[in-house]
Amino acid sequence: MYSFDFVKPSSVAEAVAALAEDEAQPLGGGQTLIPTLKQRLAMPSKLVSLAGIDEMRGICRDDDGRICIGASTTHAEIAEGAGDYPALARLAANIGDPAVRNRGTVGGSLANNDPSACYPAAALGSGATIITDRREIAADDYFQGMFATALEEGEIITEARFPVPEKADYQKFEQPASRFALVGVFVAKYADGVRVAVTGASEEGVFRWTEAEAALSSDFTAEAVAGLSVPADGMIGDLHGSPEYRAHLVSVMTKRAVAAAG
Amino acid sequence: MPKDHGIGAPMKRREDVRFLTGAGNYTDDINLSRQLYVHFLRSDVAHGRINGIDTEEASKMPGVVRIFTGKDFEGVGGLPCGWQVTDRHGEPMQEPAHPVLAQGKVRHVGDPIAAVVAETREQARDAAEAIAVDIEELPAVVDMKAALQDGAPRVHDDLTSNLCYDWGFVEDNKAAVDEAIRNAHHVTTLELVNQRLAPNAMEPRVAVGDYQRANDESTLYTTSQNPHVIRLLMGAFVLGIPEHKLRVVAPDVGGGFGSKIFHYAEEAFVTFAARQLNRPVKWTASRSEAFLSDAQGRDHVTKIELALDADNNFTAIRTETYANMGAYLSTFAPSVPTWLHGTLMAGNYKTPNIYVNVKAVFTNTVPVDAYRGAGRPEATFQLERVIDKAARELGVDPMALRRQNFVTEFPYATPVAVEYDTGDYPALVDKLEEIADFGGFEARRKESEARGKLRGLGVNCYIEACGIAPSNLVGQLGARAGLYDAATVRVNATGSISVMVGAHSHGQGHETAFPQVVADMLGIDESMVDIVHGDTSKIPFGMGTYGSRSLAVCGSAMVRATEKIIAKAKKIAAHLMEASDADIELKDGKFTVAGTDKSVAWGDVTLAAYVPHNYPLTEIEPGLEETSFYDPSNFTYPAGAYACEVEVDPDTGKVTIERFSAADDFGNVINPMIVDGQVHGGIGQGIGQALLESCAYDENGQLVSASYMDYAMPRADDVPFYSVDHSVQTPCTHNPLGVKGCGEAGAIGSPPTIVNAVIDALHSGGHKVDHIDMPLTPSRVWTAMQG
Repeated sequence: MYSFDFVKPSSVAEAVAALAEDEAQPLGGGQTLIPTLKQRLAMPSKLVSLAGIDEMRGICRDDDGRICIGASTTHAEIAEGAGDYPALARLAANIGDPAVRNRGTVGGSLANNDPSACYPAAALGSGATIITDRREIAADDYFQGMFATALEEGEIITEARFPVPEKADYQKFEQPASRFALVGVFVAKYADGVRVAVTGASEEGVFRWTEAEAALSSDFTAEAVAGLSVPADGMIGDLHGSPEYRAHLVSVMTKRAVAAAG
Repeated sequence: MPKDHGIGAPMKRREDVRFLTGAGNYTDDINLSRQLYVHFLRSDVAHGRINGIDTEEASKMPGVVRIFTGKDFEGVGGLPCGWQVTDRHGEPMQEPAHPVLAQGKVRHVGDPIAAVVAETREQARDAAEAIAVDIEELPAVVDMKAALQDGAPRVHDDLTSNLCYDWGFVEDNKAAVDEAIRNAHHVTTLELVNQRLAPNAMEPRVAVGDYQRANDESTLYTTSQNPHVIRLLMGAFVLGIPEHKLRVVAPDVGGGFGSKIFHYAEEAFVTFAARQLNRPVKWTASRSEAFLSDAQGRDHVTKIELALDADNNFTAIRTETYANMGAYLSTFAPSVPTWLHGTLMAGNYKTPNIYVNVKAVFTNTVPVDAYRGAGRPEATFQLERVIDKAARELGVDPMALRRQNFVTEFPYATPVAVEYDTGDYPALVDKLEEIADFGGFEARRKESEARGKLRGLGVNCYIEACGIAPSNLVGQLGARAGLYDAATVRVNATGSISVMVGAHSHGQGHETAFPQVVADMLGIDESMVDIVHGDTSKIPFGMGTYGSRSLAVCGSAMVRATEKIIAKAKKIAAHLMEASDADIELKDGKFTVAGTDKSVAWGDVTLAAYVPHNYPLTEIEPGLEETSFYDPSNFTYPAGAYACEVEVDPDTGKVTIERFSAADDFGNVINPMIVDGQVHGGIGQGIGQALLESCAYDENGQLVSASYMDYAMPRADDVPFYSVDHSVQTPCTHNPLGVKGCGEAGAIGSPPTIVNAVIDALHSGGHKVDHIDMPLTPSRVWTAMQG
């Protein structure tokens, strides 16, 4: 990697100040950024670690019953501590391997918005709210395509708040090499309707499958989506699967998620 | 109760203690005083003309000692090819130059253009980025058949085409084979791809060059399976350094699978640069570099035809294969699709007419060479897949069809130039049926179906040629080296023993298994025997480890040397006990005079050899050290029968391996635990090939699967618990241990077993799928199921 300066602030305010510098970049758990640096594919002047900011760690419930997770909370901590939202805890428990789960953070994953990552499906599927150092962003407004988000330059995610559904499940079909989601579907049933979010499949990144949402909102059974499918057009085609295959898997994983949610 | 030591004992691997506790000494652990580091600037285009390399700015950067380009290697030899194949018309193969650093053109992504030597690794890399290379990109050829079209871009301008050779085997059989196929009752035809694989040894390649000006000696520390071969090739053909001035050391090596047999540019470079700069130079490959510079494996495209008579006897086999050589000829590349592939096309079967045609093709891709099994997996895959397809077409049981056609009388001379010395294929199938529980399959299938899964059973039989190789034979076939091996048994004064061997252990467990043989022969404890390997200054001139040859060839040399030790020690013992040599017996580490109670211990005799106060000095020399070179008279022919049960998820196409059973005949077994491990590892790699792994190039010659994000290696949860058995043993008839070799078997026998099982599963669900090319990813299986 290229040389860079490294700071580890202890408050959000200090981190924001440190990020004001040109070419400064925040460092979450580093599960994407560190390999990128090793490959010399990025050349930040300064890395601002978010790992030492206590106010960005931990899990709690807010007055609205939402699960509030500090952005620097690791996947392992969420797997262990988000028991009030079992589908989310299971999703975290199935990311990568123990080494990844002990370093990677939910904030890092949401900020990176890898089109095959798991958390974007959970956030969009739960209608979560992304809290930053300067504002609150609804998940529906936050995800803006592959690796693209509503975050501005120097803006830091500090927390994500997930409304807890009546029922939910996440089904991930793994890409055989990376074991990221080839297709992952998060289904959550709330009192006011069902949300279905799909990751891994689309060239536009995570998306809501509104047709399935409508069908499931009136009948939350696997049969309700049996006849539905997403068009292959716009799905990712690569070594691991054609657009048609991914479109097919969206249906299969949705059915499985609904069945598993019970 | 298994034996606890000696031949046949499942002794734990002594080397694992250091490997598992971080005490191994790998090449990257070697750091020399005043050491420099090299970073190779590699081509990022598959094919291009180098119009200029501007190193001026880079050479001024901090820490840079010198930047080398192809110009620095003008007058230096290129990397040699160790095997010359003669084509169907009696002409030698086309053999292009292979420069250490690119000269004039780059021919694959990863081809080294320049080498920056600097004080630190990072400085070398920084400077490499500052080199300005003016490359005119040329159209690349990736697909083999396209490469042979008229007007295709030429990988090597000085060759007449991209065809390396068009080989026919046995050319004289061709007319009879064509006739047999014309007259056959039934012909089954299958076109298939044996995909390209990256070897992926856990330890990437490393090389450290050193030069001692005081005595003009060069030393290369390198990740090699055969240090003497590297010394021979690099010393004689590349750098012109005589053997006594060149030492090659391969210390602990973390896996090879063939990829560390070959002599690579980076090894020659660090040795060359260390002499030029009079300082040690080190290179450590990144995993990314390994994907672009380690010789890859397989990459055959084949059409096979199997002819049968009205009674389902095999009457002829005809194959046409395109074999990818990549951009240059790696050390043994030409031999893999020919002599390691064509000669195995008879398999376990008495097919009277066989003709194999192989067209080896240059493309703008990483060179291809031997990878675990090397030619034999490709042969087995074609044969066992086409037999399976034939059984389905004919409506007969696939194992019954195999059994019916087995070779049952030995020795058996095949129509493809080899003679099987011994084997018992029906016994292997009997054993397989027992351990695989064929009888319970239907119940398991029903249970799977109840869960919505398709279950399939696949079977496979294989034979391989190991114990590589009889030198006189391979010489006739084009090898430019002998393939004997050597061992020196050095008995020390107190009776402890160092055995210097030409074989090299990089996962095979030689340090444990070889002492078991010597200790057993002498009746002493294994702890008294150590193996020395991997250093040309210490070991005799042996050819290293590949082709499942170590025990069969080097082990035989070790046995012969130990026999000489015993003969001499008996003379010494006879003198000490004032008896006749002929009356001396050696048992349990003690020499006795037959019919008397007189005895001397092993240590008394060894001490006498080195403190010869009471010693037959007029008859024999003092000391107790013997060397043997062993050149095998034939290949060895391990064989086996494998079965696999898979489940296919019809919704997603995902295949899971539920059971895998392997019955192998390796002849006599020295350490069954190590053999189990070798088979497990081989099957694991075979599962990787069958279901997961693929080097995928795009049309521009970019390797799409050039990292573990896209190249899928098998992991613990991809493999089942294996049921392996090697109790069927027909000892090799021509080596002293009666051993055959076990290192590659699993990788040879498993891929067709798995594919056969998946096809069976799909048919059970009504999907009439004849074949799916590997890897059988969920996407490919699902797509095939859509018809």
